[in-house]
Parts: sequence; C-alpha cells; structure tokens
Amino acid sequence: MTALLELRSVTQRFGGFTALDDVSCSIEAGSISSLIGPNGAGKTTLFNVISGLVMPSAGSLGFNGTDYTGRRPDEIVRLGIARNFQQVRLFPALSVIENVMVGAHLRLPRTGLLDFMGGPFNADRVDRLARSIATEMLDLVEFKSAGDTHPQQLTLVDQRRIEIARALASDPRLLLLDEPAAGMNPSESNQLGAIIRKIRDLGRTVLLVEHNMRLVMAISDHVSVLSAGKVIATGTPSSVQADPAVIAAYLGNV
Amino acid sequence: MLSSYQESIAIFLGVNVLMAFSVYVPTSAGLISLGQAGFMAIGAYASAYLTSRFTAFDVPFGLALFLGGAAAGIVGVLVAAPAVRIRGIYLIIATLGFGEIVRVLFVNFEPLGGASGLSGIQPLTTLSWVVAICLFFFVFLWRLRSTPLGRAFVAIHEDETAAEAMGINLFRTKLMAFGGGAFIAGIAGGLYAHFALFIDPSQFGFSKSAEAFLFVILGGSVNPLGPVAGAIVVTLLPEFLRFLQDWRMSFFAVLLIACAVWRPGGLISYRRAAHP
Repeated sequence: MTALLELRSVTQRFGGFTALDDVSCSIEAGSISSLIGPNGAGKTTLFNVISGLVMPSAGSLGFNGTDYTGRRPDEIVRLGIARNFQQVRLFPALSVIENVMVGAHLRLPRTGLLDFMGGPFNADRVDRLARSIATEMLDLVEFKSAGDTHPQQLTLVDQRRIEIARALASDPRLLLLDEPAAGMNPSESNQLGAIIRKIRDLGRTVLLVEHNMRLVMAISDHVSVLSAGKVIATGTPSSVQADPAVIAAYLGNV
Repeated sequence: MLSSYQESIAIFLGVNVLMAFSVYVPTSAGLISLGQAGFMAIGAYASAYLTSRFTAFDVPFGLALFLGGAAAGIVGVLVAAPAVRIRGIYLIIATLGFGEIVRVLFVNFEPLGGASGLSGIQPLTTLSWVVAICLFFFVFLWRLRSTPLGRAFVAIHEDETAAEAMGINLFRTKLMAFGGGAFIAGIAGGLYAHFALFIDPSQFGFSKSAEAFLFVILGGSVNPLGPVAGAIVVTLLPEFLRFLQDWRMSFFAVLLIACAVWRPGGLISYRRAAHP
C-alpha cells in the first residue's frame, strides 16, 4: 500500500496555544481511516490544515507524492482533496442540486462567452453536465427529497448528506468527513456507514473524524487517536480500543 | 409614439437600469461598490472622446461604447486586484475613495475639458440603442445565474470559506465580478454622454454612485429583475409624484423607509423558508 496523504511534523499554533504538536501520519490509498480523540484534541484543526484553510506553523503536507504545503484551498481541491464541514456550510441561496453543482465546477469544461449566450432559451450543455454529476452524487448519498428545495428546509441529517455529495462532486481522491454522523440516530448512522463504504469501493480514500465509536469501529481500516494536539495511538480499531494511553485520554488517568 | 419628454425619461431609465446592473454584478458576489460613478465617468469620457474628438478615424458609435466599457472594465480589474483582498466595510470605503479619485482626476485633466467639462458630444444615443443594450445585459445576466460563474458568485456571496473549499478561486472570480460591473457602468456612461451631449466631472460624483447602489438595495439582488425594478421605481416615481410638489422627495424618502421595513431584501427577493 502506498501513502496517499502524508503529514510530516505538522505543528499549528494559535497565539500561545499549540493546537497540533508535531503530528506525523500517513493515510493509505483506498482505505477508510478515522481520527478520534476527546473534544479540543485538534481534529478539526488538522482537517483545516489538510484542506488548506489554515497554514501550518511548521511541518509539511504531501499528497500523492507532491508537497502541497502552503497551497490555497481551491488548488487543494483541484489536487483531489475535498471536505465537508462539521457545522454545515451549504449555500442557502442555492437549491440542493445547485449546491452540489458548485462542487462539480472544476470538472466542467471552460465555457466561452459565446457558448453561454448561445440560445438564451435552451438549457446549455455545461449546465446539463453539472446537473447530471450532481444528480449522480445525490443518489450516491441516498438523498431522497427533491433537488430543487433549499437546504434550510431540510433536516440536519439531509444537509449533511448534501455536503458529502457536494464534496464528492469534485471527484476527489481523498474525502475528508468531519463528524458526518453528528445528530444521526443509529439507523441513519448505519446507513451512513454503508454510504462511506460505497464511496471507498468506488476507489476513493476516506478520512473520517467522528465521535460515534460504533460507526468508527465498524468501518475503519485504521484509527488514529489525537489528544491535546498529539497523536497518541494508531492502529487497527481493536488494537486502539485496547491501548491504555487511549483509555487514559478518554477517561482520565485512573 | 412617445413624446420627447417621455423618450428622454425612457433613455434616462435605460441608463439607470444599466447602472443598477453594474452594481448588481459585484453585489451578487458579495462585493459592495459605492464607486460605480467612477467607472461610468471613464466610459463616458472615453466613448465621447472617440466619437467627438478623435478625428483621425471615424469611430462607429457601437465600437466607441464597447471601448468605453472596456476601458472602465480594465480599470475595474486593476482597482479590484488589491481591493478584493479586503472585506466588508473596508471595501466599501475603498470603492468610495476610487470614485472620488476618478472625479478629481477628470477635474484636473485639461485635455478632456477639466472642471468645465466636455461639450459638443454627438447626439448618437437613441432609445433603440438603449433598449437593445438593456435587453442584451438582462438576458446575459439572467442566463449567468445558471452558469458555473454565476453560481460561483452566489457561493462567494453566501460563504467565502465554503466556496474556496469547493474549489472556487476567490481572487479570480471576484475580479470577474468587479470588472464585469465596471464594464457595464462604462457602457452606461457612454450612452449617457451621447444623450446629455455635455459631461463634466460633477455629474459623476458620489451621489451618482449612491443612486446606483440604491437601485439594487431597493430592488433586490437575487436576480436581474431586482435592479430593473429598483431603477424603475427610483427613476419614475419622482415623475409621478410631481403633484406633491415640495413634498415630493419627502414622500419618496418615506417610501424607501417603508420598503426597508417590509421588504428588507428588496422588492424582488426570496421568501425565506422557515427552518424545519
């Protein structure tokens, strides 16, 4: 197996606070990896570093063999890393399908000015392509409602599905999912687990941050545990569960 | 047929609709400009110079309008390059400053008449030109909403961070929004100059920029019908309110406040759906 994503000694400081302290890890291509840890351990910060929303104070990021430290978030999506947000960030003014179409933008051919003035009363080719990609992604995440509703009319669970579809629409090699099961009941999170497996089976790599241990242990190939900005354990779900350092991080030293 | 009074009102309305579009385009990408009169001035002076002072070559009106718009658009992109890196209130101040800089430059630029203005411009603007150009931009902007660029504008307006995380190049997209708005303002300026026949820098002051901004605030900015509605109301209502005489503008102000209270998103706006 080869490493798709490689973090080398990533450190992130916010003023005097060290959110990530010398984090090194690698994610294998074609795997489902999970990142767990107590609240405030730095999981979301790590996602923000990987997706370029914040620049690490030190360390380097490698994707598919190239160093991409310091690239802009939109360039990183182009490299093949897409994400959702823990606090859902859909575009309220756009309908569900249009939200997902935004994710598909970078796969669309460039349209010249003439192309898009051509036939003001016809739906154009690019629009149809974006729409078909978006429909396919909404099907993949098993979104059942109408695509022309607006996200704020839907439940949080549906909004999370749409965010996953929007991220998938960019055809990423690595999908970052930040607490996708938050607020889901057991049957919904089982369904989500099946969707994540399906995404992996389509050849994508998934990195998951999640508090729902049942889901994490059921679907992950690898689990890393982050506590107070440091990776304290990494391994298979069962070995991590048995690790005394992990138990101490979650329950305190007893 | 229209009387000449009605025709001149219609032409002013068309110019105002274009100015409203010029604010609408950057606004749809979350960029608020209070300096569109500066771009209008550039388009007005550039096209008027080409048709009425540039004797070496007989420049057709359409080409002069386009070049006026292009000049404004290029300046727009140059101004936007540093300006779009700043956000919110600071961007508004920067555009306001830009509008004033342009006005003062024309006041001091003697080859184009300086403070005493540029007169003897050929009367080339007709109602058909105005209607055709307004229709063209209306269709263009209506179509734009279902293109990747149009959706990118909305995405940036809604949530810059999420837009960037979906692969949208913020800098380039904002430049296009700002440059596009400036281009339309330049065209509006060209049409205005060839109808007014005399232009001077005072016609392109802050009040012009604020008026264009008002069209969009009043009309709404979710689709191009908003700016059209705003421009129509602001241009025509004072004409219909002439019977109120001295109270005309006071009544107008009350209407604006009523609008802000009952339709804060503008005349043409979404009915926001309630959360489930």
